[in-house]
Amino acid sequence: MAKMTIDGTEIEVEDGITVLQACEQAGVEIPRFCYHERLSIAGNCRMCLVEMERAPKPIASCSMPVGDGMVIKTNTETVKKARNGVMEFLLINHPLDCPICDQGGECDLQDQAMAYGFDHSRFKENKRSVTDKNLGPLVETHMTRCIHCTRCIRFSTEVAGVEVLGATGRGENMEVGTYVEQAISSELSANIIDLCPVGALTSKPYAFEARPWELTKTESVDVMDAVGSNIRVDSRGREVMRVLPMLNEDVNEEWISDKTRYACDGLARQRLDKPYMKVDGKLQAASWHDAFDAIGGKVRGLDGSKIGAIAGDMCDAEAMTALKDLMTALGSNNIDCRQDGAKLTAGARAGYTFNTTIAGIEDADACLIVGSNPRLEAPIINARLRKRMVEGGFKVGMVGEAVDLTYRYEHLGAGPQTLKEIADGTHSFCEILKSAERPMIIVGQGALTHADGVAVLAAARKIADTTGMIAEDWNGFNVLHTAAGRVAGLDLGLVPGEGGKDVAGILDGAASGDIEVVYLLAADEIDTAKLANAFVIYQGHHGDAGAHIADIVLPGAAYTEKEGTYVNTEGRVQRGRRATFPPGDAREDWAILRALSEVLGKTLPFNNLGQVRARMVEIAPLLDQLEVVTPSAWADFGQAGSLDGGPFASPITNFYMTDPISRASATMAACTEAFVETGEKTGTDG
Amino acid sequence: MSIPLKELIEKHAGGVRGGWDNLKAIIPGGSSVPLLPKSICDTVLMDFDSLKEVKSGLGTAGIIVMDQSTDVIAAIARLAKFYKHESCGQCTPCREGTGWMWRVMERLVKGDAEIEEIDMLLDVSKEIEGHTICALGDAAAWPIQGLMRHFRDEVEDRITSNRSRSAA
Repeated sequence: MAKMTIDGTEIEVEDGITVLQACEQAGVEIPRFCYHERLSIAGNCRMCLVEMERAPKPIASCSMPVGDGMVIKTNTETVKKARNGVMEFLLINHPLDCPICDQGGECDLQDQAMAYGFDHSRFKENKRSVTDKNLGPLVETHMTRCIHCTRCIRFSTEVAGVEVLGATGRGENMEVGTYVEQAISSELSANIIDLCPVGALTSKPYAFEARPWELTKTESVDVMDAVGSNIRVDSRGREVMRVLPMLNEDVNEEWISDKTRYACDGLARQRLDKPYMKVDGKLQAASWHDAFDAIGGKVRGLDGSKIGAIAGDMCDAEAMTALKDLMTALGSNNIDCRQDGAKLTAGARAGYTFNTTIAGIEDADACLIVGSNPRLEAPIINARLRKRMVEGGFKVGMVGEAVDLTYRYEHLGAGPQTLKEIADGTHSFCEILKSAERPMIIVGQGALTHADGVAVLAAARKIADTTGMIAEDWNGFNVLHTAAGRVAGLDLGLVPGEGGKDVAGILDGAASGDIEVVYLLAADEIDTAKLANAFVIYQGHHGDAGAHIADIVLPGAAYTEKEGTYVNTEGRVQRGRRATFPPGDAREDWAILRALSEVLGKTLPFNNLGQVRARMVEIAPLLDQLEVVTPSAWADFGQAGSLDGGPFASPITNFYMTDPISRASATMAACTEAFVETGEKTGTDG
Repeated sequence: MSIPLKELIEKHAGGVRGGWDNLKAIIPGGSSVPLLPKSICDTVLMDFDSLKEVKSGLGTAGIIVMDQSTDVIAAIARLAKFYKHESCGQCTPCREGTGWMWRVMERLVKGDAEIEEIDMLLDVSKEIEGHTICALGDAAAWPIQGLMRHFRDEVEDRITSNRSRSAA
């Protein structure tokens, strides 16, 4: 601990922190542009200058470590003059175009100029102008506004792990950009927009759309992947204008992936806004009453075993509770939430969650990735792995595709054979895992969806047991999910009951005629061709694959339009909140199921959100524990068997289009074109 | 060390062109320290303390001698251009300030400025001095401060004569 005096107040602070951090702890605000607590220290904006006793010149507080007996002054004439000066320098070449700048209203430069700047300009020369750079479909540049803080350069190099941004030229001709014109090929690229303290980097899809003070801000949870990133949904009227990250040290720190941020324009397209019924092979708009009647006519009196239900990847726990109860009431055991056919069972929670936790990755010292590409499946978790890697003393081995994860790893093999060797202890990587103090394993859906998924799970469990991944205060076994609703689905037991059919069984049954009615709760990632003969009820928010083959379409609410409970891959229970109302006649999903149950004569026993949640907690008591990860007991799961499937491949090939919302998004389509379909263009393109 | 500047120039370095009386100013430490007019050069000793007393410094120990034929304002403007060119661009005061100072200096050479801009220029140089990461910012500021300290009359004359010329 170091004792220091800040503006006459004595304070004791930890060793190793900077003067700027100490000042913050003392409640003294220090203006800054280049300093960011999650990036390396640059010390180049000079806005944070403070006076230190016995120092001849003012010091940059962001880069000065604290020392015992330091005396810091932040409110002297010298400091005021220094800030004034730096502010003036930053502004002389900064265009004063705030009225047409998207950053206006949330601009650090604007705010700090008000607090620390002059009220007039003494600069009579011409201002500098800089050519704008093309950084791809997400980030818009106005490089004349750049104040050269280098936050974007440091973010892309350190956090995102793509070394594409840098500075060229020197002195007043220094420019930030990509050396060769190219888009930033990172799944986290748009975070540089938030980091930019001025309007040099702004959001391209959101350009000139709204001003920050017009927006209603709703804190919610993301459902584009299973990370459960905390987000803020900014809406105006009925429209979601943008999505921004919220700080959560345990989950996403302050980053979000580009899909989380930009898929939101898909919320306004391809929406199901009224019920539809198939008449003469064509979907036609109908009333809720007629749609329910048609379902009632078909389902009433039908044997439960002839009905199947599949819950989609983005479902909230409330809707899945209602679906499960409805199916039970109808006497059906054919229910499943694992659209991709992952061989995970609902039993032991430790067997299907990310037990180490995302923040726990920072404590690990060795990691084995099996059948996953975390960069595409969960960019936020990949960023944590990279963060741990950059710290040093972390070894990563990979069984699966040899993809670019933005950090170094050892590629051990492509498929089950290598996994078997590791499980049997004959592979050299076993030594690394065994000698590690806190080793971890990440099993991805690319391995679990294989026909031998159960055996993969058992092999992974064996590796965890034999290499010391399970200890009293450490659980290194992790399943990385790709679907936001999956863990909640497994918690609630949305898996086939006694003699029930799973997703593949329901689809095959529908094709053979064993299953007559299929209820799709926003389930689109299935082979819908097999459903041609069945009576399909699709309840969801987008006109995607499921709605196309449906006989009845019931319009539901997307994640920004309902109060929903989501459980992320760690098993962390979080609540999404309603930012806007569903369009047209669309309703919250649990309410639709509740209304339908009444028509079917099996009225579900809840009438409001509180009652659904009470029922939900009755089935899965853990869903009551908000915001925390409840450690699960190590238990039996998986079933040893022969590992004979083919090589593991990530289920995600196009990161930008994985669900109905992102498939409907124009921005994601632009990203797909820019980053995924980069092959040679033919004459018919464009 | 501590050799009189006059002796160094006159005895060891071949002397000022046209004799010592033809001297205008000397920059005693490379290009980065404030210049000294003849009146100070007459007596000053070349060591740290003596040069500090006359608000200059030993710098890199190179010496620039300017005789009466020199346009001292243009000379300092050239140095300002040099420092603007050498600035790396990392920190704000030097990146933005050196270019600003050079542009004002260029106008002062022609006298195309207001008298108040002299004080503004000095103020800008003080905003750079001591606020940068490395010493290049200081080095860019000092020659201008030295010019204004010792040859302010000349700068003001240039402005006034330029104004009367353009009025005519």
